[in-house]
Amino acid sequence: MDNIKSIRKVESNDTEPKKRIQKGVSYAKWGYIFIIPFFLVYLAFTLYPQIKTFIFSFQKYFESGLNVFGPKWNNFGNYVALFTKSENGVVMIVKAFTNTMIMWLMGAVFQFLISLVLAVFFTSSRLRLKATGFFKAVFYMPNLIMASAFAFLFYALFNTVGPINQLAQMMGWADKPIDFISTYPWSTRTLVATMNFILWFGNTTILLMAGIMGIDESLFESARMDGASSNRVFFDITLPLLKPILVYVLITSLIGGLQMYDVPYLLTKGGGEPNFSTMTIVMLLNKYLSANNYGMAGAVAVVLFVITGGLSFLVFRMIRRKDD
Amino acid sequence: MESNNYQLIDRKADQAAKVKLTIERTLVYIFLVFLTIICLFFFYLLFVNATRSHAEIQSGFTLIPSKHFFENFQKMWNLSGMAPVRKGLRNSFIIASISSVLTTYFSALTAYGVYAYNFKGKKFVETFILLIMMIPSQVSSVGFLEMCNEMHWTNQYWVLIVPGIAAPATFFYMIQHLRATLPLDLVEASRMDGSSEFMTFNRIVLPIMKPALAVQLIFSFVASWNNLYLPTLLITKTELKTLPTMLALLRSADFANMDNGLIYMVIFISIFPVMLVYLFLSRAIIKGVTSGSVKG
Repeated sequence: MDNIKSIRKVESNDTEPKKRIQKGVSYAKWGYIFIIPFFLVYLAFTLYPQIKTFIFSFQKYFESGLNVFGPKWNNFGNYVALFTKSENGVVMIVKAFTNTMIMWLMGAVFQFLISLVLAVFFTSSRLRLKATGFFKAVFYMPNLIMASAFAFLFYALFNTVGPINQLAQMMGWADKPIDFISTYPWSTRTLVATMNFILWFGNTTILLMAGIMGIDESLFESARMDGASSNRVFFDITLPLLKPILVYVLITSLIGGLQMYDVPYLLTKGGGEPNFSTMTIVMLLNKYLSANNYGMAGAVAVVLFVITGGLSFLVFRMIRRKDD
Repeated sequence: MESNNYQLIDRKADQAAKVKLTIERTLVYIFLVFLTIICLFFFYLLFVNATRSHAEIQSGFTLIPSKHFFENFQKMWNLSGMAPVRKGLRNSFIIASISSVLTTYFSALTAYGVYAYNFKGKKFVETFILLIMMIPSQVSSVGFLEMCNEMHWTNQYWVLIVPGIAAPATFFYMIQHLRATLPLDLVEASRMDGSSEFMTFNRIVLPIMKPALAVQLIFSFVASWNNLYLPTLLITKTELKTLPTMLALLRSADFANMDNGLIYMVIFISIFPVMLVYLFLSRAIIKGVTSGSVKG
């Protein structure tokens, strides 16, 4: 960033006299022309639907078969319904939020610990590891894989007649098939968290590596001259200086985690089994949407917006502060 | 005599440090290999089972591939009914390629517009795009689905393609790339040569941005190829559905009664195209992960 800034400074100094000449012919309108497509599309297909979402969240509005009910103003009726206990005695949105957070946290703890360790290994000038390119390529690979295909694969492998159960019986670890997917809440959640870990730890490693490589090399050098151990270098130099980027990556990961959908959806046929223990916020949203209940779906979407909005604001402030 | 002694101690300390380093390195490599196995094991199982017949899969666990790969492939290719996978491949490919080209081109155009010109509200525009970047797409999806239902736009591909023109994250990547690589003098020089502003962008700026364009083309293709959420809501006609939607449909069927070799093949073919590209371009792709996402 500092580099880029200094380049910009040099540039602007260079072009100062030319700018004054240019004042006669203004090119400013081209700036507007070039950004018009982006903003037209944004207004029509993102902002306008977003406003509709907000409005629907205060309306009774759903389709049932060929009949459409509403839209009719309903004040906070949808929100009240959303935060009311359902027939099985739980508040679904709270349950969905808790599930999402639990599964995100289960994966994220390992994701960040291991990524941090890997990033330190890969950038260590003391270890001088070979084949880091290969390892990085392998660790990042799952991030590009279709999450729904990966979750389907896990279902195929971990169901009661799948290869994992076959292996367990072959080795004598289990005498009858274990239902990993639809009986034990913590087993299903662990599978989801494991998949999220595999899908994302490579990405996090690469981001943290970039962060560590951005730290002034001379700091490491002088610490080593003073005979500091690798542990002390990590805790006294790497970690404190990496903290802003670490927090940034953590919050963006949390925002992504709140939108968790494909993996638990495919693993559990969209039902969030067993007993709604893997139902996420977006799965709940999708449930209302596929029933064309725009009012209730709107309310869920607004809740999601408020939570992510708060978190994004934190990220935004961090980025701005670094710019100043 | 004394200096000799010191040398001896030095050499001993040196050797001890060397041994310690070798042990540490070995442990680190073991850890790395362990993670590599975790990453590849499930995909290896996928490949093995895609080469086995249903009867073989049911007969037990193995790590040795069988000979039914092409048979399974043929079955997958000829699949019809609720999940015609061949059509899904075609549909996903059409949507992903058009939308990735549009996303990349217009993000570059928008970024260039903000970077190269001084206009009123320029700073605001960049801040605004940064602000909207983090809003989950699911928030607009409610209003968007209602809009598409009302206007009878469902089952039309353009509703999955055109919104990609406004891609805040891609814009953000592009403008950072421009700042690092495009000197405004070049734009100036092209103007002197009498090139129009639009031509300057297409003929001078785009070629300079090639590495960034390539990376974003791949990322947006993959994002569209893997997308499950919106296509499932917006495309309801079987022959128009995309691959992830078909996977979800297959998953909702009774797994035990289906040809498992065929299912593994369907999963395999959903992942394979992206993996093939990654095999050749992993270096550039990994480089692209960092340059756009973290301002550090």
